[in-house]
Amino acid sequence: MKLLTHNLLSSHVRGVGPRGFPLRLQATEVRINPVEFNPDFVARMIPKLHLVEVPKGPIEGYEHDEKFLRQMHHVLLEVDVLEGTLQCPESGRLFPISRGIPNMLLSDEETET
Amino acid sequence: MAFCSKRPEHGGPPELFYDKNEARKYVRNSRMIDVQTKMAGRALELLYLPEGQPCYLLDIGCGSGLSGDYLSDEGHYWVGLDISPAMLDAALDRDTEGDLLLGDMGQGIPFKPGSFDGCISISAIQWLCNANKKSDIPAKRLYCFFSSLYSVLVHGARAVLQLYPENSEQLELITTQATKAGFTGGVVVDFPNSAKAKKFYLCLFSGPSTFLPKALNENNDEEEARESEFTSERVPYRMARRGIVRKSREWVLEKKARRRRQGKEVRPDTPYTGRKRKPRF
Repeated sequence: MKLLTHNLLSSHVRGVGPRGFPLRLQATEVRINPVEFNPDFVARMIPKLHLVEVPKGPIEGYEHDEKFLRQMHHVLLEVDVLEGTLQCPESGRLFPISRGIPNMLLSDEETET
Repeated sequence: MAFCSKRPEHGGPPELFYDKNEARKYVRNSRMIDVQTKMAGRALELLYLPEGQPCYLLDIGCGSGLSGDYLSDEGHYWVGLDISPAMLDAALDRDTEGDLLLGDMGQGIPFKPGSFDGCISISAIQWLCNANKKSDIPAKRLYCFFSSLYSVLVHGARAVLQLYPENSEQLELITTQATKAGFTGGVVVDFPNSAKAKKFYLCLFSGPSTFLPKALNENNDEEEARESEFTSERVPYRMARRGIVRKSREWVLEKKARRRRQGKEVRPDTPYTGRKRKPRF
């Protein structure tokens, strides 16, 4: 699972609305995959992300800062989490990640209104 | 894909139907691969994404990643959701570029609002219409799916969902829940006259209403519209007629007006038209 996807994942357990995001990632096994760099795509996705530590420099005009975009590209698209867990900040519920696939299946109680 | 007589949804839940054997067909069977790839192509076409712009897309019921690979080939980045571990294993073996999630679409899409530029689904959502557990209510699961899908799409984005509806009631159930969730759009039916080639694409728009794409047909000179649109627009007069009580004055006046429109000879309306008669009538 790429970090771009992790950044946008949210807990969909009933009752945990907007606070079920972002999920805390604890990765135990990670792999780096080379992915073709596409500056337009990275620039478009950046506003959607939840960024905690934002480098103060390239905020205005980041679309043209290739170095910044390449860094973001590497972090978002080339880092692949293979094993680990995702934790909901609200409820503490854990979603395990196995072979790169997070298990987002909910139990019956969690889907009831 | 022709299921001889029995539909697979009647046999049990999808995570059991799509076991290792079924998954193997999606990897080995060239006809299966061909059909699925063609449908993925058509769905992407109907999505009308801006040209030359790589997008972040959602693939519902991604299975072994056949449709996802098509998206990757077109330069898009995608996330696939599927309920069958066997199918996802097959996808891992095929080394797909998109991210895979193990999840149940009827429980909602676990993403932040406004994450995706579009969504496709190939042959998946009809599985929501059958209740596999006693606690499942198809309408509720459909609504949960559509409302969460509406939320995770960027405003103005589309979703194109190819499905195999069992009958028109099922299609209506699906479209009703989609409308309730806020979507507009309609069903595009390709090759409606062919039993084998006929394909249903549910095209949903999450923003202001736009045009519905033209369906494919064998004779492309036919300009007949084969799409049924559904919006939350007011229903035309035909349905409003149902509100009028039969035999009332209003009904009589309406009937006379209709006959006048048809060009028939009708007595003029007077204060006595449709008046209450004595009981002996």
